[in-house]
Amino acid sequence: MSGTASDGPGGTSDLTMVQAINETLHAEMERDERVVLLGQDVARNGGVFRATEGLVEKFGDRRVVDMPISEAAIAGATVGLAIAGLVPVAEIQFLGFSYQAMHQLAGQVARLRYRTRSRFEPAITIRAPFGGGVRTPELHSDSLEGQFANIPGLKIAMPATADDAKGLLAASIREPDPVLFLEPLRGYRGIRGPVPDGEHVVPLGVARAARQGDDVVVIAWSYQVELACRAADTLRGEGLSVGVLDLRTLVPLDVEAITEVVCHCGRAVVVQESPETSGFASEIVATIVDECFWSLEAPVVRVSGYDVPYPVGRLEDLYVPDEARIIAAIRRVLDSA
Amino acid sequence: MTAPSDARLRDIFVDMLIARTQAGRLWNLQRQGQVGPVAPLDGHEATIVGAAHALDPEHDWVVPQYREPLGLRRYGPEILERFMLYNLGHPAGGHIPEPIRVLPNQIALATQIPHAVGIAWGMTLRGEPGVALAFFGDGSSSEGDFYEAGNLAGVLGAPVIMLCVNNQWAISTPVHLQTAADSFAAKAAAFGIPGVLVDGNDASAVYDAVDEARSRALAGRGPTLIEATLYRLGAHTTADDPTRYVPAEDLEAARRDDPLLRLRGYLEDRGLWDDGAQEATEVEALELLDRALDRARAEPLAPGSLLDHCYATDTPRLTRQRADLTGGSER
Repeated sequence: MSGTASDGPGGTSDLTMVQAINETLHAEMERDERVVLLGQDVARNGGVFRATEGLVEKFGDRRVVDMPISEAAIAGATVGLAIAGLVPVAEIQFLGFSYQAMHQLAGQVARLRYRTRSRFEPAITIRAPFGGGVRTPELHSDSLEGQFANIPGLKIAMPATADDAKGLLAASIREPDPVLFLEPLRGYRGIRGPVPDGEHVVPLGVARAARQGDDVVVIAWSYQVELACRAADTLRGEGLSVGVLDLRTLVPLDVEAITEVVCHCGRAVVVQESPETSGFASEIVATIVDECFWSLEAPVVRVSGYDVPYPVGRLEDLYVPDEARIIAAIRRVLDSA
Repeated sequence: MTAPSDARLRDIFVDMLIARTQAGRLWNLQRQGQVGPVAPLDGHEATIVGAAHALDPEHDWVVPQYREPLGLRRYGPEILERFMLYNLGHPAGGHIPEPIRVLPNQIALATQIPHAVGIAWGMTLRGEPGVALAFFGDGSSSEGDFYEAGNLAGVLGAPVIMLCVNNQWAISTPVHLQTAADSFAAKAAAFGIPGVLVDGNDASAVYDAVDEARSRALAGRGPTLIEATLYRLGAHTTADDPTRYVPAEDLEAARRDDPLLRLRGYLEDRGLWDDGAQEATEVEALELLDRALDRARAEPLAPGSLLDHCYATDTPRLTRQRADLTGGSER
C-alpha cells in the first residue's frame, strides 16, 4: 500500500493498523490457497475501511466475495465452507451488526467442533470493526467482546498496535478454532507504528507489557491500551510508575501475566469500553481476586462505559473512557490505604 | 430426469419400512425411559428415503434437521449407530465418522440451511463434484435463515437443494398460520431459483425431483427449492400430545394415504413384495436397532469428555477446570 516505508528484509515498515491488516490478508491468501474472504463490500470496494483493498484484483472474485446484506448467512456460510475444507475469513461490517448473526456465531460457529467431537475443524476467522470515538450512527461502535467471551468455543483477539494487528491476524487465520478478530475503528488510521516485514505471527493467549511499572498496573485491550499508555506517560512526569498490560486476546486469557504483574504492583485498574455490568473487566477483577488476593494493597477499580446503550455522537465522549478517567482511577487506587 | 427403477424402488421401500419399524421401537424405548426424546418420522419416509436415494453418498452432503437419521441408511450403518448414541445422550452421537457426508442433527431450526449453502459453495471453489441437500420443515421456512440462505444460494448459484418437508404442522401450528403464501415452493421466486412442489408421500416423485435438482446443480445451473407435501402421522416428538390439536378426521384421511401403503401396493402389484418380505424386513429392522443400541450402551464415557473438543487444545482456563473436574480440587 502507499504511504509506507520499509527498511528492507528483516526490518520493519511504518504502517497504520488498517494497512497492517490489509498486508496480512494479502500474505495469508498468498500463503494458503484455502483462505477465502467473504463480507459486504469486501471485493470491488475493498471494504468500507479499505481493509480488503487490492485483494480481489490479486486473488480473483472466487476467493474474495461480495456478500448480500446477510450477516447470518455470512456467518452460517463459514460453517459450511470450513466443513468443505476451506479457511473462511469473514467480515461483519460493524460488530454491532453481529447481533443479526448471533445465533450462527454463538449457536453454530462456536459449537461446531464440540458438537461434532472435532469431526470438523472450524478454522474460521470473523473480522469486525468496533469501538467508539468516531461519531458513527447507532450500533456501529458497541463493544460486545464481553458477550462473546461468554460463548465457549470462540477465541477473541483484540490488537492494540499495528504490529499486533498483523501478528494476531496471521495467528487467527492459521488457528484451527474460530477467532473473533476485533479491530478498533479509531485505530484503523489513528494507530500506526513499526510492523515487522515478512512472516510475523503473534501467538494467541500471550499478553504484552505495553509499559513497565511498579506502583500500579492498568489492564486493557484494543484501543484502550493506547489511552492507558498515554495516562501512564503523563503520570510518569509526576514520578509515578504505572504499568500497562495489553491482554491482546481475551480468550485465551493470559492469567499468568495478569497474576505476575498484579502481584508485583499490588494495585490494578481495568479499563473497558463496554458497559460496566457483566463486562469482561469483571472477569479480570474476579481473576485477580482468585490469583492475587493476598498481594492486593487496594481494591481493584474498573473504568468502563456506563450501563446504557452506546450513545449517539454528542454524548459519546462522556461514555467512552478517556485518559482523564483512567488517570482518575489510577489516583484512586494509589490513594487507597 | 430419471424415474427410479423398480429395483431402486424396492430398495427405497426396504429403507422406508426399516425406518418406520425402528421409529416405533424407539418411541416405546422412550416411554420406558431407556432413550431421550425422539421425533418420530412416521409419514416422512417417502420424502427422506426417496431424497437420500437420489443422492450420491460419495460426493453429496446431507444436512439434516432432526427427524431424518432413521431414513438415511443409504449413507451407511454408522448413521444408525451414531443416532443411538445421540438418543442415549452420549456426545459421540454428534460425531458422524469420516468419510460419511452427513451432518449431525440440528436442533436450531433452519440454521443448517446456510451451512448447506456454504458446503455447496465450498465444493464448487474446490472443484469437487457434488451437491448439498438441506432438510427443513414448513415451520423453518418462517425463519430468517431460510430467506438469507435461499437468497445467498441464488446469488452464488451454489449447488444446493433446499428440501422443505411440509408435514402440515410445526408442533401445533398449522401451515395456514405459518405463511400466507400459496405454497412453500412459491418462495423460490424470491430467490430467483426454481421452486418445485412434489407429493411427499410418493417416493418415486421425490426421487425424481431431487434427481433433477441434482442434475441441474451439477450442471452449474444452481440451487432448487423443493417442497414435499405430506402429513405428520405421529406426534411432533415424544414430548407432544397431538390429540390436543390435530383433527381426528384429518389424521384418518392422511393414514389412508400412508406412503408405505402406497409403495407397498405398487411393489406387490409387480410381484416384488409379499408378506414374507415384509415380516423379514421388520425383524431385521429391530435386530439392527437392538444391536446398535447395545453397542451404544457399551460405549465408554470418561468424565473428561465434558471438556474435550471445545478447542483443538485446552485454553489455560480449561486446563485448570479439567483439574477441578477430574481431581476434585474445587477452588
